[in-house]
Amino acid sequence: MKLTYTPEQEAFRAEVRAWMKANVPKETLASHDTVEGFTPHWEWEKTLAKGQWGMVTWPKEYGGRGCDLIQWLIFEEEYYRAQAPGRVNQNGIFLLGPTLMEFGSPEQKARFLPAMAAGDEIWAQAWSEPQAGSDLAALRSTATRDGDEYVLRGHKIWSSRAVFAHWCFGMFRTDPKSEKHRGISFILVPLNTPGIRVNGIRQIDGEAGFAEIFFEDARVPVANRLGEEGDGWKIAMATAGFERGMMLRSPARFQVTAERLVELYKKVADKLDPGLRSQVAQMWMDAQSFAMSTYMMASRLINGGHIGVEASLTKIFWSEMDVNMHRIALQMLGVRAELLHAAPDAGDIGSWLDGYIFSLAGPIYAGTNEIQRNIIAERLLGLPRG
Amino acid sequence: MDFSFSEEQQMVAQTVRDLLTDQCSSADLRKMMTAGEGLDEARWTKLCEMGLPGIMAPEEAGGLALKDEDFVLVAEECGRAALPEPLVEHAGIAVPMLAALIDNPAVRKVLEAAATGEGRVAVGHPANLFVDAADTAAALLLWHNDEVHLVSVDDVKLVRQPSIDSFRRLFRVEWMPSAKTKVADAAKGKALWALALDRGALYAAAQCLGMGQRIVEIAVAYAKDRTQFGKAIGSYQAIKHHLANCQVKIEYARPAVYAAAATIETPGPEVRALVSNAKLSAVEAADFAARTGVQVHGAMGYSWEVDVHFFLKRALGLAGAWGDRNMHLARVADCVLNSGMPLGPAATFPGGTAHAR
Repeated sequence: MKLTYTPEQEAFRAEVRAWMKANVPKETLASHDTVEGFTPHWEWEKTLAKGQWGMVTWPKEYGGRGCDLIQWLIFEEEYYRAQAPGRVNQNGIFLLGPTLMEFGSPEQKARFLPAMAAGDEIWAQAWSEPQAGSDLAALRSTATRDGDEYVLRGHKIWSSRAVFAHWCFGMFRTDPKSEKHRGISFILVPLNTPGIRVNGIRQIDGEAGFAEIFFEDARVPVANRLGEEGDGWKIAMATAGFERGMMLRSPARFQVTAERLVELYKKVADKLDPGLRSQVAQMWMDAQSFAMSTYMMASRLINGGHIGVEASLTKIFWSEMDVNMHRIALQMLGVRAELLHAAPDAGDIGSWLDGYIFSLAGPIYAGTNEIQRNIIAERLLGLPRG
Repeated sequence: MDFSFSEEQQMVAQTVRDLLTDQCSSADLRKMMTAGEGLDEARWTKLCEMGLPGIMAPEEAGGLALKDEDFVLVAEECGRAALPEPLVEHAGIAVPMLAALIDNPAVRKVLEAAATGEGRVAVGHPANLFVDAADTAAALLLWHNDEVHLVSVDDVKLVRQPSIDSFRRLFRVEWMPSAKTKVADAAKGKALWALALDRGALYAAAQCLGMGQRIVEIAVAYAKDRTQFGKAIGSYQAIKHHLANCQVKIEYARPAVYAAAATIETPGPEVRALVSNAKLSAVEAADFAARTGVQVHGAMGYSWEVDVHFFLKRALGLAGAWGDRNMHLARVADCVLNSGMPLGPAATFPGGTAHAR
């Protein structure tokens, strides 16, 4: 066990820190889920790519730096420390990217990964359907083979940023007689394909951050299929592993939130219930524990191990921690907690309210926490399927 | 940066697990309880044969000169078995304290016997009020105005304070400090007592990790076996989610415990906060698992027959020992709010980087 960084890792940290200091936009951008916020976030992706920071863990040939997971964690720490903008292409770089790396053909990797790292193409995920949410394997959208093309029919929903995205990665039934996990294929679809309609859905905050996608005889080349026909479920579960696991919500994000919570407490402490002091301390500990746990996971992967079901533990922990941190912050803001920034007397209320509303999505997306608990119980603890 | 145990460290833990699975079963514990015994000399001898009492003693005193990160997994195994013998406090707290005072001939003599396990040493820390396993110790390390005193068990009067965990044998110790018993003055002693508290908290936490995991295993086995409404109760989501929640708490207590073991001798508020994090989160994980374990077993869980109560009671004792929840929460809050230590994402590990701020 060695819990200090090597000189090379220290130098890498210094390099990231200096670059972020010079390049992170000074003013906070509007949410990347809004019309006015999407474009500046997209621009930021291109800025990152110019610095070769698009996806540091990817091989150089795909626009990355070939960094290991410890360097990735260091990068993320410096990224959040610099309060850099959110990653508008997170579904691409964190979910599809690693999946392509594992299951993509050489042609697919060369076609999609560099464009993703360069910030040229923004991706959305098209998995859920109105009747297939937690029970994802109940999906009914179909891809019917016609020569060198698939004809897509169906209705996908809850696709984050699909209104703005250029591509989506979806799951379609290629065997119409199949049921459940069999006969599903993983297909990459340009969203400007004729026969595709994307309708924004207003989220709890009023913004069209997610969307439904209608496929009405939309044609895509068979070459857009990832992996073999019928292997879609297996590939999707690997993607879900990345989603729940290390990449999607890196620990630095929560460490920054915990630090802000401490600052908020110091600012308003004299008016507060003494119990809040302990709660703030607890949140800092949770954020630290989550970060340390991610280092444990990274070390295991570097030493030749792998992550499986543990990803479900991770997802429950960060999503509930995020809700807790924001609830405590709102409690501290008291009567001003409900105010929008537009309120003349809002004062310095920060982004806690937005963060709280967003945190409520955490226990739902990437597989609800109820599903995660089932996964832990059945596959980690060995309890019988229900 | 490598946050993982070596193969050797994991192998030692596995050997201890195998030994205790064989030698410290539920039947063994029950036999001892019926006989009113607090310690099994035959099992202690086996632990001594592995060199465990002196695992952290220096080689010159006959020890293995290993570190806290080598012992932490062993302590976890002791928790897992609800081991009655005081190996954890002896090897993890008393021995390092003696080792720090090895220049004193009287201490050296006691340390040499402690390293082989021939002479057990108990610790009377002011945070604990009572001394665990004082009656079976040859010598006691006792606090007096921050001084450290080393006292033979023959020179003290022990007043038993029965605990709900019959394997925690707690005593009020009545004794007279003297120039002859003093082995460290207040200045030196203060630092030693502070480190002893941290080691106590760390190893209580490590035991709690092992206990929590064992309870989950016992409850899972029962939930697979027990049927109601025609199905194994473990197939119901209500039961699944209870046990999944236990596992989340255990897994997220683990990193603080292991990182604290690797850094415990480093001075400064970062490590103090980390040790407290370890104690708080591991005690919470064990306590939550114990209550959940009782619930999952239904009425059986409230019975003497199911083993969960061994762990429930041990967790209750360890929760209060070596700094209770209030003390550790207040300490973390102090470190975080008042010490000026770095808090952000570059400060994950104490002293991990020169760029923590």
